[in-house]
Amino acid sequence: MSRRRRASAASVAEAAPVFAALGDATRLKLVARLSADGPLSITRLSEDAGVTRQAVTKHLEALAGAGLAQHSWRGRERIWELEPRRLEMARRCLDRISDQWDAALDRLKMFVERK
Amino acid sequence: MITSTDRIEKRVFLRAPRARVLRAIITPEEFGAWFRVKFDGAFAEGATVRGHITYPGYEHLTMEMVVERIEPERLFAYRWHPAAIDPKVDYSSEPMTLVEFHFEDAPGGTLLKIVESGFDRIPLARRPDAFRMNEGGWAEQAENIERYVTQA
Repeated sequence: MSRRRRASAASVAEAAPVFAALGDATRLKLVARLSADGPLSITRLSEDAGVTRQAVTKHLEALAGAGLAQHSWRGRERIWELEPRRLEMARRCLDRISDQWDAALDRLKMFVERK
Repeated sequence: MITSTDRIEKRVFLRAPRARVLRAIITPEEFGAWFRVKFDGAFAEGATVRGHITYPGYEHLTMEMVVERIEPERLFAYRWHPAAIDPKVDYSSEPMTLVEFHFEDAPGGTLLKIVESGFDRIPLARRPDAFRMNEGGWAEQAENIERYVTQA
């Protein structure tokens, strides 16, 4: 199985704020919710978030700042949706570190099984 | 579509007794043999161990790990700076990821679980695309080897 992924250093750099933005349970929940049911209004997103509407707004803006979400206006209400490409990029970053572990573990396997 | 961006988890079955696998992980010489690094000290809880990479093409690099925990027969854990590959950059002020090796007996061998966590705190922005981020050298030799590793 050959997984060839060539991403530039620039794309790794771009992923950094994505990692930071996702390092929060509430934000992860919002991302999961938007992923399953989006686009959604702030009202809908606040319903089961377990935090105030103001807090939800703040978290959504943090996600937007990392390029993970974007909004449009419907009347006076903002409707939020995910920007999936950024998430994909962050995941690719981890995938490559994951590939390094696979290679190291293959070497470990050869090392302990031949002796 | 959501998976954790904070951790990587690997499980591998090794056809070798647990004591053998343990030795391959917790003795610096043996760890270095398969990981391709030459350490300058012993693994002891709280110790900072430095090593020189021996992987062809990356011999100019050094690495540093802080041994977090050694639980006989069960666990080996250390912290390091993932992909700290630029000799000109001082990574010491940056957060480290935690790497844990968990050992368990399994029929005919040993089950090894590896967890690397803490990526959400790491500024990957400053890491050039090399060493652990460089899949070329590291992944190539893995291609024809039977893969026992499954991703969590």
